[in-house]
Amino acid sequence: MIPELGHFALIIGFCLALILATVPAWGAWRRNSRAMALAPGLALGLLVFVAISFACLSIAFLQDDFSVKVVASNSNSLLPPVYKFSAVWGNHEGSLLLWALILSLWTSAVAVFSAQLPLLVLARVLSVMGAVGVGFLSFLLLTSNPFARLLPGTPADGNDLNPLLQDPGLIIHPPLLYMGYVGFSVAFAFAIAALLGGRLDASWARWSRPWTNAAWAFLSLGIMLGSWWAYYELGWGGWWFWDPVENASFMPWLAGTALLHSLAATEKRGLFKSWTLLLAIFAFSLSLLGTFMVRSGVLTSVHAFATDPARGLFILVFLALVVGGSLTLYALRAPAVSSRVSFDWVSRESLILCNNVVFLVATITVLFGTLFPLIMDALGAGKYSVGPPYFNAVFVPLMALLVPFMGLGPVARWKRDSVRRWRSELLFPTVVAVLCGLTLPLFNADYNLWVALAVALSAWLVLGLSRDLWYRVRGAVSLAAGLRRITPSYWGMFLAHLGFAACVTGIVATSQYNIEHDLKMSPGDTETLAGYEFRFVELVPVRGPNFLADEARVEVYRNGEFVARLAPQKRRYMATGQVMTEAAIDPGLFRDLYVAMGEPIGEDGAWAIRLHYKPMVRWMWLGAILMGLGGFTTVFDKRYRRLRSPAAVSASEAAHGV
Amino acid sequence: MHPVRKQRLLIVLFVVLFSSAAAGLVMYALSGNINLFFPPADIAQGKAPVGQPIRVGGMVVADSVQRSDNSLAVTFELTDYTANVSVVYEGILPDLFGEGQGAVAAGRLNEQGVLVATEVLAKHDENYMPPEVADALEQSGFDHKGNAR
Repeated sequence: MIPELGHFALIIGFCLALILATVPAWGAWRRNSRAMALAPGLALGLLVFVAISFACLSIAFLQDDFSVKVVASNSNSLLPPVYKFSAVWGNHEGSLLLWALILSLWTSAVAVFSAQLPLLVLARVLSVMGAVGVGFLSFLLLTSNPFARLLPGTPADGNDLNPLLQDPGLIIHPPLLYMGYVGFSVAFAFAIAALLGGRLDASWARWSRPWTNAAWAFLSLGIMLGSWWAYYELGWGGWWFWDPVENASFMPWLAGTALLHSLAATEKRGLFKSWTLLLAIFAFSLSLLGTFMVRSGVLTSVHAFATDPARGLFILVFLALVVGGSLTLYALRAPAVSSRVSFDWVSRESLILCNNVVFLVATITVLFGTLFPLIMDALGAGKYSVGPPYFNAVFVPLMALLVPFMGLGPVARWKRDSVRRWRSELLFPTVVAVLCGLTLPLFNADYNLWVALAVALSAWLVLGLSRDLWYRVRGAVSLAAGLRRITPSYWGMFLAHLGFAACVTGIVATSQYNIEHDLKMSPGDTETLAGYEFRFVELVPVRGPNFLADEARVEVYRNGEFVARLAPQKRRYMATGQVMTEAAIDPGLFRDLYVAMGEPIGEDGAWAIRLHYKPMVRWMWLGAILMGLGGFTTVFDKRYRRLRSPAAVSASEAAHGV
Repeated sequence: MHPVRKQRLLIVLFVVLFSSAAAGLVMYALSGNINLFFPPADIAQGKAPVGQPIRVGGMVVADSVQRSDNSLAVTFELTDYTANVSVVYEGILPDLFGEGQGAVAAGRLNEQGVLVATEVLAKHDENYMPPEVADALEQSGFDHKGNAR
């Protein structure tokens, strides 16, 4: 009964989305304010019914209703309840329902928090989001119904959730990631609304900026969680594989980063208007492409399309409609919104331009590397794979090129600046950064050119930022008063740039200084790695709620002093018999110690053991958290909530210059 | 020329130059870092290059997995039921690697026709077969248990 209720709610949600996509848009076209005024109510109604539908599916999972097909194939009565809940989005149908739920959440959020938006703009924005909702809900209803039943033939117990997904990180990783993906639909909807209306001014950029920043922050956190999960859960200590699934989430992030910088120039200086619109379309199209690449099975094989032609065809048509439709609209209307503002070459605008070019080129190279194997396979030219060396070879130089501009950005002035001023502002940070690069790596490890370069560049970013902050604060009566004067926008930029510096340092240090050792160890053996002595004490059998495991007890000592007790496991899950490695990690700000079990070797209880020493690996995730926090902080800037009074706004912009 | 236009022209030139440099980098990186998949049948016929990075996939032959007693070295055979390829590897095998299961090995072929693997991939879960392996088996006309179709 409950699944049917969920299905019914989904159909009502689809109808509401259909009305939302058409009636307010018609109202905006005919200037019919009654039709336009329907939009917020319809958005909320959409949220209510999709939420009911999602709740029904969750209940089916929590109550072990194995007559529902997705429950039978992705859950099990032995599964702990929290994983029964996360199993809701651990499958194709459920994760699309989550997508639809999050889309209706964002749509309602726009409806609720946009009191200062003119009705005309609000109606257009909500209509566009409704249209995206129509696409997803019809995809669910027509090809991927989550409420399909197995009647008759209900199995006694379910197939179980893939053990890899039975993990706390995976409970929140997909929702965060989807909050990011789907969040870009708001920026997309604003862009389409601007194209439809033929008007794009500073207030448009001010409306769409907080939404874009929030989506970007969610996406940063989502990607970071995914990387962290891969690190501790996959059992081989890697944190980024340039796997197509990872790239699918990374490309919208790259395009989104370009977008939020370009939006800043659009808001402050009325520049890059049509470019910003194009980036908004691009970022959301990549989100769609990512969702579908992961969800359609096209990555497993291009022939997955052939086995399920309905889904594949739907996806292709939907993508073609969204991308083709919005680009056509762009081609027709972009000239109406283009800007005629000039800027000096030595200015913040040109640095933002550099940022945009670098991020866009990075997006395209990743897109190319991800799609290349699919294209070659579809053409019948052979089954290629593009490995991490390609991505590293292309991506690392691009990012290294970015950092020098990034250090200048916050210091530079809009419109016109002078090289002499830059020199005097940044001379001190430059000297100190070079000194850091020359001396820092000497402190604890061998001199490494790459680490030295990364440390110098990061130090340059951090020092440039700190000096800039100090100059903004020092004029005030007290330090506290000075700090209070700084806007959330500035804090957000500050945190995000600090986070980027931490990320760069962490990634380079851990890639260069990382020590990995796979070896055969029996209970009683010891092995020394980077000054840490790993003692394999004993091997014990362990029983979990739905698995049996062999657990290795490893003690770590340094210079005879106890450091940590680690207990990696090799689990066998009872429902499927699937074997899984559970790594044990001793985390630290400056180094992680990582132990994982391979397989048993020989007769005497010996195991293949993986020992890793990973310096500063956490900096990368801490950096990503800082970036996410930075993105959220900007949302709280007062100027995004102020009702329109252009004079006051431009005065405060002149004062803060952010 | 109007200053705004001139600036726009310069921006376009800059973007074009930068993109061409990036495209060159992409081509260079791609040329050294892609590898092509070969089913065991093709390797038996000598179609695969020696000493180039390639991938080979098939079912792991029953009773072919041999572990060394004092190191992590392992040898096994992959088959598409038309031909077999011997693989040597040193390291930890993935959790779902097993005899009678599908696997893909990446590495270089030596003069003796043995694949010296640097990476061995197995499937992610019980229902999943590496796509290349599924295709290779389809081409050789057998299903994954070795029964003729």
